Amino acid sequence: EIIRRKAVLALYKFYLIAPNQVQHIHAKFRKALCDKDPGVMTSSLHIYLQLIRESPDGYKELTVSFVTILKQVVGGKLPVDFNYHNVPAPWLQIQLLRILSLLGKDDQSTSALMYEVLDESLRRAEMNHNITYAILYECVKAVYTIHPKAELLEKAARCIGNFVLSPKINLKYLGLKALTYVVQHDAKLALQHQMTIIECLDHSDFTIKRETLELLFRITNAQNVTVIVEKMLDFLRSCDDEHTIIHLTMNEVFSVGGDLLQQDVPNNFLRLLAEGSESKEEDDQLRLYAVDSYLTVLKGDASHLPQHFLQVMSWVLGEYGHLQESVDQHEVIRLLTKLLDQRNVSLETRVWILSALTKISEGHTDLIEDLAESLSSSQDTVLRQQAHELRHLSRDSQLHEGVLPHGAPWEGMEVDSSLSFLDGFVSEALAAGAAPYKPPHQRQEELCEDRELNLEPYSFSLPVSLSSCSITDRHSPTLLSVSSGLSGNSTELSQKAGSSTLILEGVKRVWGKDGYLPQKETTAPPVDKPSPAVQPSGQQEASERIEPQPEPSTQNQDKQQLASSLFVGLGAGSSMSLLGKSEAPPPRFRKKPRPLDSSSSSSSGTSERSSDSSSRSSRSMTDNFLYGSLLEEEPATSISAFDHTPKSTTANGLAENTDAKEDRRANTSQILGGDMVIVRPNTIQDKHPPPASSDLTALLPADLKDLPHSDVISLTSDPSLSLCSCRVFRDEALLLVIFISNCTESVVKDVAVQLGCEELETASLRGNIMDSLEGKSTSVCHYALLMDDPHTNVSFTGTVCYQTQPGHTSTLPFSGTLSTADFIRPLVVTTEEYGKLWLSLSHDVKQNLKLLTDASDPLRTTLNALKDALQLHIVDIVGSEGIVACRLLSGAPCLLHCRVNGTALAMWLRSPHPALPDCILYHCQRALAQH
Amino acid sequence: MIKFLLMVNKQGQTRLSKYYEQVELGKRAALEADVVRGCLARRKEECSFVEYKDYKLVYRQYAALFIVVGITENENELSIFELVHNFVEVLDKYFSRVSELDIMFNLDKVHIILDEMILNGHIVETNKNRILAPLLALDKMVES
Repeated sequence: EIIRRKAVLALYKFYLIAPNQVQHIHAKFRKALCDKDPGVMTSSLHIYLQLIRESPDGYKELTVSFVTILKQVVGGKLPVDFNYHNVPAPWLQIQLLRILSLLGKDDQSTSALMYEVLDESLRRAEMNHNITYAILYECVKAVYTIHPKAELLEKAARCIGNFVLSPKINLKYLGLKALTYVVQHDAKLALQHQMTIIECLDHSDFTIKRETLELLFRITNAQNVTVIVEKMLDFLRSCDDEHTIIHLTMNEVFSVGGDLLQQDVPNNFLRLLAEGSESKEEDDQLRLYAVDSYLTVLKGDASHLPQHFLQVMSWVLGEYGHLQESVDQHEVIRLLTKLLDQRNVSLETRVWILSALTKISEGHTDLIEDLAESLSSSQDTVLRQQAHELRHLSRDSQLHEGVLPHGAPWEGMEVDSSLSFLDGFVSEALAAGAAPYKPPHQRQEELCEDRELNLEPYSFSLPVSLSSCSITDRHSPTLLSVSSGLSGNSTELSQKAGSSTLILEGVKRVWGKDGYLPQKETTAPPVDKPSPAVQPSGQQEASERIEPQPEPSTQNQDKQQLASSLFVGLGAGSSMSLLGKSEAPPPRFRKKPRPLDSSSSSSSGTSERSSDSSSRSSRSMTDNFLYGSLLEEEPATSISAFDHTPKSTTANGLAENTDAKEDRRANTSQILGGDMVIVRPNTIQDKHPPPASSDLTALLPADLKDLPHSDVISLTSDPSLSLCSCRVFRDEALLLVIFISNCTESVVKDVAVQLGCEELETASLRGNIMDSLEGKSTSVCHYALLMDDPHTNVSFTGTVCYQTQPGHTSTLPFSGTLSTADFIRPLVVTTEEYGKLWLSLSHDVKQNLKLLTDASDPLRTTLNALKDALQLHIVDIVGSEGIVACRLLSGAPCLLHCRVNGTALAMWLRSPHPALPDCILYHCQRALAQH
Repeated sequence: MIKFLLMVNKQGQTRLSKYYEQVELGKRAALEADVVRGCLARRKEECSFVEYKDYKLVYRQYAALFIVVGITENENELSIFELVHNFVEVLDKYFSRVSELDIMFNLDKVHIILDEMILNGHIVETNKNRILAPLLALDKMVES
């Protein structure tokens, strides 16, 4: 029999080498499979595994044989010496299970044959030995590969649970691997184990961590992509040798969800690439790899790739393209040029691409000339400027060398932040009689004085152009285009000069975007006169609050928050189950008495809570080491919890947060009720009181129900359909939920909803096309709206097409307005963080607002009124000054500093986004005027 | 599929190496050094699987001797983990209390055993008696 065995194995090798040569002896394989000796049979399985992997259809009729063999093996019919630790021929079982899973894939009838034996294996393999777990793993894989059967799935899921929860590290690993495999078929299973997954994410073992990330990557969807990418970046930072693998997954993630990411995520990634690690060689290898992989991507169809991904790619190619010698630079240039010509590439991306081209253009004048020619007549000033730079640089290679040294270390680049080289020019201009440059807010104040009478329209429209021309803005390319449109001020001169001398600066702009933001701090001081007295005092308070006493329950909560942010959108039931879980800890958490040592709390009644919040902040400082990675998630997740909760108590801003959060945890239903109270002034709403609005809110999908939302307002109606909408405030987007109700008794067919808005990014999430809508029923569709550039009010328009009779299509147009306030979310920061953030922001606007003087504490009343109207977050109030923070969805923050100045409220806003402060100011004015 | 099997001691000296895929001789040394470094760096409480380039490494420590197996992604790590133990049990049975010296001085026999168990990167035999049968036959021939 040993000879037969060897012969079969030799045949297998033959088959591997030359499949065609052994065709005539396929019958022999079959004979080997039925050999009375188990060894010979085992050997033949290798051949069959190979054959079946290549063409499963040809061997379906053998399923019965395999099942019988496995049954015999599992039943212990083999001689005892085949046993390994009392398990009969485990490796043989594994082999058979693999074959069966290949056979049963997508084939119900074949699968049916093996249910019984799989069940048997699952049951038998309950002994406590590693090898049985190995069999179980294979079994679970088989169960999930073949045509599903509920009973088996349930058992398999339980097995996975045992694996994952096992204290044995090897089993845990295997469990994660199984889970990774399984979530591709059933993502909900991950929900059950989310806490374990979170723990594994922080595991000290790299292999476990990596496997967990792999798992997370599989469950990546639109809602959790940001969090997961952040995790991956963390991981990337901490590990050195497995860069390339992560990199690959990053690429995939980028191409899946790139556009949903915030700007800073790709920037972080690029910075990582640029800074590199200690070893130069490793860096180069990684960069080379990046260049290679991006080139491959670009060679394919690039039209569907997200903008952010394109930006990352063009930057990497520009910076490190020269590392790859085997690829002709011409090729790279050609690819990038092709990208430029593509229609759907946004302006910003074009700028990125162009600067990449500038970097690699050396020595390829001919190609570049054409390109620069065509672009220098472009509509956009930034593009035009870059094209000119490109042309100049490509003509003069010496200059090119000086400006863009190959592979310069990133520290080498320095942006002359004070723009001292402009000084000469400015003084000349001054001598020639030009007015001195004034910082934007100063100018605006003057303007306000001039136009005291009709303050509102001007204060909104003018500052937009003025503030955006401040010199510091040069960091973001898109803004320069605005500055040329400016007129009416003599400082314009120096601005223009700025952009023409900027040629040298311009190419470094990319640095400003991803690595040099801290530089802004140095630019800021000359522009603003740092007056906020709140800042130092706030920091002092914060230091007083440091009281290192981390609470396990808080950590637990954080974990759950992270979990919820990771698993959001995996299933309708997810948010519910999470809320259910997290209900337990708060009572304990709340009752813990804590000595109060913060001198700042002006409201003694809420002392208990404010101390809670202080312990929270102290924990965030002391626990940095252990829970560093979790903490990074905290702002994002906590905002989702704070969002729009009814703020009834007028307590210290900090204290109120935890308060509101606990409220939310403790009683979700109450909040649902409470959210209805946040009714923002909306004219349409009053005109058309919807007949059954309360019914409609009940139709909100389960996963949205817990989110704060506005009242349902009627959009439009006609005899057969009526449309209502409801705004659901999610922290990363505004969801517009449209209810389509069929008013007739008959079925309406082919209903398609289209929604468009020029100023907003819209994405249909669910249900915008239906085959049919039953009589008297309502259907729901979702749109996610994202606002990148703030506008005071935006209007959306859309149409519903439907068919009442076949062939007869009716169209029902609808429209509505949204205000920026819908897109503003509170930004929860501590006073200290606020101070830091304040210094780093460049665009500021100052304005005096009406102070609500009727109450005893005018500042507090005013701020609370603003908070209710605009969902701001009051960071702190000290004496006659208050600081407030908010952000545009999950994007640009805006900080407000308010000071009582007689009967007016001096408001000073700062944001990285030029138009955002004006927008918020406008809404503040409106809110106070209506109060 | 199994790509290679190494037996290395704690000092990083390779006692046995078997490749089931063509790897250049020059590269082998570098790969072995890398692999050993990777495995030695791991602590007891960490799991026995490491990722290395395209492979997964499964390692198991017996006193001062590491057995490292490189496998592809689709292989079942735990089954390989146990296979290693099975291999050691077979060695133990043949040498009766196997030690590093046994392996050093009977390399041919260890290779025969290994060839019985793994061929072409697949597990072909796990039955101890059958694995040892050819070797015992050989021994008998030598004696007579």
